[in-house]
Amino acid sequence: MTVGTPPAPVAAAGPRAADRRTGSHVWGGRVFAGLSYGSGILILLVLAAVAVFLVVQALPALTADPTELEQISWFRAESLLGYVGPLVFGTVLAALLALAMAVPVSIGIALFISHYAPRRLAQGLGYLVDLLAAIPSVVYGLWGALWLIGVLDPVMTWLSSTLGFIPIFAGYQAPAKNVLTAAVVLAVMILPIITAVAREVFLQTPRLHEEAALALGATRWEMIRTAVLPFGRSGVISAAMLGLGRALGETMAVLMVLSPGLLFSFFLLKPGQHQTIAANIAAQFPEAAGLSVSVLIATGLALFVITFVVNFVARAIVARRKDFSGAN
Amino acid sequence: MPQGIQVKDLNIFYGDFRAVADVDMEIESNSVTALIGPSGCGKSTFLRTLNRMHEVVPGARVEGNVQIGGVDLYGKGVDPVAVRREVGMVFQRPNPFPTMSIADNVLAGVKLNNRRISRSDAADLVERSLRGANLWKEVKDRLDRPGSSLSGGQQQRLCIARAIAVEPSVLLMDEPCSALDPISTLAIEELISQLKERYTIVIVTHNMQQAARVSDRTGFFNIENTGDPGRLVEIDDTATMFSNPSQRATEDYISGRFG
Ligand SMILES: Nc1ncnc2c1ncn2[C@@H]1O[C@H](COP(=O)(O)OP(=O)(O)OP(=O)(O)O)[C@@H](O)[C@H]1O
Ligand SMILES: [Mg+2]
Repeated sequence: MTVGTPPAPVAAAGPRAADRRTGSHVWGGRVFAGLSYGSGILILLVLAAVAVFLVVQALPALTADPTELEQISWFRAESLLGYVGPLVFGTVLAALLALAMAVPVSIGIALFISHYAPRRLAQGLGYLVDLLAAIPSVVYGLWGALWLIGVLDPVMTWLSSTLGFIPIFAGYQAPAKNVLTAAVVLAVMILPIITAVAREVFLQTPRLHEEAALALGATRWEMIRTAVLPFGRSGVISAAMLGLGRALGETMAVLMVLSPGLLFSFFLLKPGQHQTIAANIAAQFPEAAGLSVSVLIATGLALFVITFVVNFVARAIVARRKDFSGAN
Repeated sequence: MPQGIQVKDLNIFYGDFRAVADVDMEIESNSVTALIGPSGCGKSTFLRTLNRMHEVVPGARVEGNVQIGGVDLYGKGVDPVAVRREVGMVFQRPNPFPTMSIADNVLAGVKLNNRRISRSDAADLVERSLRGANLWKEVKDRLDRPGSSLSGGQQQRLCIARAIAVEPSVLLMDEPCSALDPISTLAIEELISQLKERYTIVIVTHNMQQAARVSDRTGFFNIENTGDPGRLVEIDDTATMFSNPSQRATEDYISGRFG
C-alpha cells in the first residue's frame, strides 16, 4: 500500500466523518511509516557503527609488522593471518559440528511436539524446551566441564578404538577436553532455539496441505514428508542459522570445556588442537594491552564477517527455491 | 474399478456434538451424486466420512455403517490410509502442494502408493492424468513450474489430476467450484461428466444449477434448528428432485434458491 492513499469513504458515515477518518488514517500511516523507516535506519546505523569500530580498532594489528606482533607473549604465528586462520577454522568447525548434531534432533523434537505428541504432553515439552533456552551459558559450561566430560570419556574411548582408523576419530586422549565435547555442549545450547522455531513453523503448515496429503492416502510420516517438511524448509534453515549464529559466538561454554590449541586439525578427539574466536578473546583479553588488544579485535572482525557470510549463504539457500516456498 | 456406496444408520460426531444423524444412502457405481443443503447441515462432514477423513479431526468419530464395493469402511482391521487411496478427494479450496512442481503434484499420490515408478511411466501418467483433468494443453510446457503458479481454476483441475492419478474407485468433491469463475466452473463440470465413466462421484455443491447439470441423483440435507444434527431429507433422481420432490422442505429449499 502506498502511504497516504486515502481509504474509500465508508458509505454509512457522513462526508465529515469520512474526512476525519481519512485524516487520522493519513496521520497514523505517516507515523507508522516514520517509525518503521526510523527503526530500519537505526539498525543499519548500529551495524555500521559496530563495523567501523571493529575496523578502526583492528587497524593497528592489520598494518603491524610481523616482528611487532611477535612481541605479544601469546602470539605464536608467522603473521596475523596465520594467527586468525586456525581460530576461524576452530570456530567454524565447532559450530558446524554442533549444528550437525543439533538440527536433526531439533527437527525430531519439533515434529514430535507439533504432530505426534498428545496435546498435554506437547505443551509440557514445549515449556521444557523454552526453559532450556533460558539457562545461561556459564551453567552449560559448568555442566559440560564437570559432568559431560566424564560421561563422554568412555564413549570417546570406544569411538577412538573402534573407529580410530578414520583419521577424525583417531588419537583420543582423556580427559575429553576436545572440540567434539565442546560441540556437544554447543549443540545442547542451540537445541532449544532451533526446536522452538522449527516447532512454530511446523505448526503453521496449512491444514489444507496436510489434508491434501492425507486424502491421497499418506501415512502420518508421509504426510509430514510431503506437506510439513517442505513447507517448513526455509523456516528450519532460518532456525538453523539462528543456532549457528549462537554457536559461532558462544564464549563461556567453550572456554570452560575446550583445551585450546591453534592448529588446522581434523582430530576431533584430541585436546589442544582447536580454539574458537570468542573463547580466545575472553581468555586473552584481561591480560591484553595496546597492540594485543588490536589483534584480538581483528579476530573479532573475522567473527563478524563469518556471521555475515553465514547469513548471506542462508538467505541464498532460502531464495533459490523461493518460487516453491508456498509464499505466493 | 468404480464401486457403489451403501450408507446405513450413519451418525457423525465431533466430540459430544452430533453433527449428522441417521443417514441412509445408496449410491450406484458410475453415477454422479450431488449433495445440497443449507450451510452447516453437515454435507462436508458426511462427505468426509466416505474416505475416513472425518477422523483426522481430533475427537471426531462415526457410528453406523459405510460400505464401498461391499467392504465395511469402518470394519476392524481396515486401514484408513488404504481407504483414502481407494477414495479420492478434491477440496473446496484448491490445494496443490506449493513446494512441488506441477508434474510432482500429479505424481504425489502415486509416489506414496508404490514408491518407485520409472521415468517414462511417470511422464505418461502425468500426461494421462492432466489430460483427464482437461489441463494438459495449458500446462504441458511448464510441468516443472510450481503448482502454485497456476490460476485458481487450473489449480483445482491440477488437484483433480492429482486425485485421479492414483486411479481411485470413488471421487469425492467438496464444492470444487466455489472458488472459481464461471468458465473454470464449466470446465470442471464438463470434466465431471467425463469422469463418471470411470469413477463413482459424490459432489457437494451450493449451486442448484450445477447440481441439476452434472448429477444423476441429488440428496438434500437439512438442519431443523441450530444445534440439531443435520439429516438427509431425501435423495432421488435429480430430475425428480428438481421437478417434484416428495418432501416439502426440499421444494422450499430448491424453489427458494431459484427465486
Ligand atoms: N472440525 C469441527 N469441529 C467441530 N465441529 C465441526 C467441525 N467441522 C464442522 N463442524 C460442525 O458440524 C456441522 C456441519 O458442518 P459442515 O462443515 O459439515 O457443514 P456443511 O454442510 O459442509 O456447510 P457448508 O455448506 O457451509 O460448507 C456444523 O454445525 C459445524 O459447526
Ligand atoms: Mg462444507
